[in-house]
Amino acid sequence: MFGPWSSVRTSLQHLSSVVWLLVDTMREMVDRVVRGRLPFRLSIFFEQTDRTGVDSVGLVSLVSFFIGLTMALLTGYQLQTFGQEQMVPGLVAISFTRELGPLMTGIMVAARIGAAYTAELGTMVVSEEVEAIEAMGLGPLRFLVGPRILAVFLLLPCLVVVSNFTAMGGAALISRWAFDIPLRRFLDAALESMLIRDIVAGTVKSFLFGLIIGLVACYKGLSVRGGAAGVGAATTSSVVTAITIVIAFDTLSNIVLVALFDT
Amino acid sequence: MNESPKTSVEMRDVCLAFDEKEVLTGVSLTVPTLSRLVVLGQSGSGKSTLLRLILGLLKPTRGEITFNGLKVTRMGRLRLNRMRRKIGMVYQYSALISSLSVRDNLALPLEELTTKSREEIDHLVDEKLKLVGMADARDKMPAELSGGMRKRIGLARGIIMDPELILYDEPTAGLDPVISAVIDELIISLSEKIGATSIIVTHEMGSAFKVATHMAMLYKGKIIASDSPEAFKASTDPVVAQFIAGDTQGPILNATPS
Ligand SMILES: Nc1ncnc2c1ncn2[C@@H]1O[C@H](COP(=O)(O)OP(=O)(O)OP(=O)(O)O)[C@@H](O)[C@H]1O
Ligand SMILES: [Mg+2]
Repeated sequence: MFGPWSSVRTSLQHLSSVVWLLVDTMREMVDRVVRGRLPFRLSIFFEQTDRTGVDSVGLVSLVSFFIGLTMALLTGYQLQTFGQEQMVPGLVAISFTRELGPLMTGIMVAARIGAAYTAELGTMVVSEEVEAIEAMGLGPLRFLVGPRILAVFLLLPCLVVVSNFTAMGGAALISRWAFDIPLRRFLDAALESMLIRDIVAGTVKSFLFGLIIGLVACYKGLSVRGGAAGVGAATTSSVVTAITIVIAFDTLSNIVLVALFDT
Repeated sequence: MNESPKTSVEMRDVCLAFDEKEVLTGVSLTVPTLSRLVVLGQSGSGKSTLLRLILGLLKPTRGEITFNGLKVTRMGRLRLNRMRRKIGMVYQYSALISSLSVRDNLALPLEELTTKSREEIDHLVDEKLKLVGMADARDKMPAELSGGMRKRIGLARGIIMDPELILYDEPTAGLDPVISAVIDELIISLSEKIGATSIIVTHEMGSAFKVATHMAMLYKGKIIASDSPEAFKASTDPVVAQFIAGDTQGPILNATPS
């Protein structure tokens, strides 16, 4: 059982376990709702949205600002030789709304939040806390996984919006200074070049990436075995896996989009 | 099904293996309602595993387990969750939620599973904390407590929902003699007052004979003896006799399970 087949098989096993994790989490949550209770306490949910969303705003805006700025600067210099630097706003706007915004934010959140979720849940598994929660009949999936996945699923798109705006801000600033494009004109050109389809594609991707990151992180955390070393290994693996899947999905969706709309 | 069943837990020919390692090889055990069953067995013989099986946290590779006549081994996730609310588990290593204070640890099942008001919950938490002599630890975090203190909080959490069945995994190991005696008495009074069935895993022979109404010995993956405490004391089975007396001579150490 060596070679590519066994790794394909383990990947498929992991994939089905992740899907089951989602299904079981939903079932535990629906079971609660059917009995007329919230799936989890709002305070727990807001705690997660706070660390997932609010606390990530700084990092996401900082990185996006400089990527937007650098992108404008580099493409601007190239386009300048053809006298086409007025294309910079459209270029940055399109790249970020449909591609770089979701992708960069996904990578940052996978590293920042995915790692935290995995380490946290993994430590709880090792110290038997998850088992104790299960033994009390609280439903560990609803109680631990539910609020986390929902938080990153809902908040990643918000962070993407932040990323898009700060990236445009960075690009606008540098365009003004390096290529003499006034802010007003930058904004107009950017708005004009954006398509609803790009925005929709970017938003759908953001939700999807959030779900992937949350699921992978919780799955890796809950399947930790073997003490502190296990938690470390799972955390690394969680970040690597989530980033890989996010990029793979991104590529795939781009291919599909291009095939469908021919752009 | 209307009368309360006379058997709380029943295990029939239960086998369990972790990967290749066979831990239980055919455990059959009947726990009558309202009894206090003490399970004896060597370290690593699978006593904690036995308790996990009853809670449905592990699935046996073979055999059947029932609780109140319902098959634990056939239940899905949601039904298991509902069944577990009637069972309290006291963990060998406490297993408190480290990010929650003592009060919140105890309040958690009440807040999540009942519709009790905050005052009622606080009242219940204080009551259970008093039972285990930890009333002043209410606002501490688990990390600030000693192992023995955590153990008592774990016990308080195990009984907070007034369960029908309480599983104690070495409840007095690592506690001083006075507190151990308090816990022993608590186990007895809980079973008599709230009418709970108890399964107690312990190594301390003194407390074992104090609390037990029934005893069972787990050895090499099987229940080799299940009887009254008196019968256990007088047992001529070499394994049981050696274990109770704590002798170094006998079948146990010479045949350590691999
Ligand atoms: N998750 C697991 N994976 C693999 N093996 C396990 C696992 N849990 C327990 N075991 C093995 O099962 C056996 C029984 O473990 P268990 O914890 O039930 O023993 P125990 O009787 O409670 O011992 P102690 O008195 O020391 O608490 C041990 O040999 C242990 O190595
Ligand atoms: Mg044990």
